[in-house]
Amino acid sequence: MNDLWTMVWKEWRDTFFPQGRLANVGSLMFIALLGVVFPLIDRQGWLTLSAPMVLLNIFFPYYYILVYIGDSFAGERERHTLETMLASRISDRAILWGKVLSTVGYIWGMTLFVSLLSMGVVNLAQGGAWIFYSPVGQWLGVLILSLLGCLFSASGGVLVSLHSRTARQASQTFSLGSLGLFMAVYLILRALPPQLFAGLSGSQILLMVILFLVVLDAIILAISMASFRRSHLILS
Amino acid sequence: MSEPMIRTEHLTRTFGRVKAVDDISLVVPEGIVFGFLGPNGAGKTTTIHLLLGLLEPTQGRAWVMGLDTRTQADGIRARSGALLEFSGLYERMTAEDNLDLYGRIYRMRPSDRKARIKELLDHLDLWDRRKEQVVKWSRGMKQKLAVARALFHHPKLIFLDEPTAGFDPVAAAALRADLSTLVAREGATVFLNTHNLTEAEKLCAQVGVIRNGKLLTVDNPDKLRMSKANPHVEITGRGFTEEILASVRGRPEVAGVRQENGKLLVELRGEAETAPLVTLIVRSGGEVEEVRRGESSLEDVFLTLMKESSHE
Repeated sequence: MNDLWTMVWKEWRDTFFPQGRLANVGSLMFIALLGVVFPLIDRQGWLTLSAPMVLLNIFFPYYYILVYIGDSFAGERERHTLETMLASRISDRAILWGKVLSTVGYIWGMTLFVSLLSMGVVNLAQGGAWIFYSPVGQWLGVLILSLLGCLFSASGGVLVSLHSRTARQASQTFSLGSLGLFMAVYLILRALPPQLFAGLSGSQILLMVILFLVVLDAIILAISMASFRRSHLILS
Repeated sequence: MSEPMIRTEHLTRTFGRVKAVDDISLVVPEGIVFGFLGPNGAGKTTTIHLLLGLLEPTQGRAWVMGLDTRTQADGIRARSGALLEFSGLYERMTAEDNLDLYGRIYRMRPSDRKARIKELLDHLDLWDRRKEQVVKWSRGMKQKLAVARALFHHPKLIFLDEPTAGFDPVAAAALRADLSTLVAREGATVFLNTHNLTEAEKLCAQVGVIRNGKLLTVDNPDKLRMSKANPHVEITGRGFTEEILASVRGRPEVAGVRQENGKLLVELRGEAETAPLVTLIVRSGGEVEEVRRGESSLEDVFLTLMKESSHE
């Protein structure tokens, strides 16, 4: 557990909050747009979990992770820091999980913050009685989907980055791979008979998607763990 | 007898058809600076990777601090420090954070980390710049910091892979001096990969010479100088004709003669006297201004070994 926190600390210092750098402009824009601007435009509508808002909460963090995750191993390899890290006593598991969890923690933490901030902004702008996301269950469902989406993006990105020579190659491969995956899911859903989902409620569909993502995340993380070999990384 | 710091038996590593490390059997005792000399691509870095358990040997075995590199690599990495081919510093982080990270990795207590950062950065004259991002630093400063990082957790064994490669002579000498005092103070064993023979001569108690993956020799630098290379004489003057060179070459005590920048460089066999040679040159019409007798350097040994191995 100590090692894991060490890696998370390192990622935060090196990747997310490097000293004296305007690295967080993108994050501030993300917070300003989704936490202040859009809620002020939509007002109460923002809290009713409309389809575009749900998509924004799920896909925005997903793609935001793409910005960072390609760099995780391939970037360290390019900057020649990976070899020294691998020559230290830190465990394979801590290195891998540290990279995944710090990325998920940063992006999803920001998503959660934005979600709460936007609620505060709407309420402050509206005045009157305090209103909450409605229905609350679906809001929680969206947050869980967002978390699983971040986990999928981070673990998939780490897997691609492990096998890429450069951070650029990793980002390109993962972006194109994600696009391909979304298209495949869309085509499969279109090919399925509509009556298959006809009897299901929104909550049931949400639950199915969550279960699907849990399984997918577990598989990708297991593959990433199996792919992490110090000897392969040293030679690449 | 105590366990040597490093022991290898027929250690071999191949990449496809290339033998990067070829049947190396080596013993490095505790508490010395061991220099591993070889030209680029000789197999020095692969040997360090094998000793750290980052690569598995194709054949043979190795033990570091008594731990098997195949099965106990985690233990080896926990007790050793490494400065590999590149400094490996996180350049967006500050110098202080770079050291703190490795202190955390080696599970040092916060108070110990803080004290150690102060101690090492003070010693290297970097304390005042500890809050700066490393990216702004010169190469020499970065390498000093990387040395501090390798020593940070008081390892018993330190691997250094070409620590002064690409440095100008002044920067290299400064880093070498820092390295030397720090290592002496810490009392650690050092496995130093280098192709810088001056470095090896100044720092190492024992050297091994490797070429094409094969270990050519291992010994104390002084003994190597005596056994592998001949003393030489440098004669400055004029009129060194081909005839003079031929007659000098014909003397039994002369192992070789060549002319370089107007000087005559004569390699002697054993401890032969130089006076008869000077007399011969003068009598043959040459003019001698200065005669300097020189000890063989490690460079001479190295070049002799390289020449011998290329003939095999």
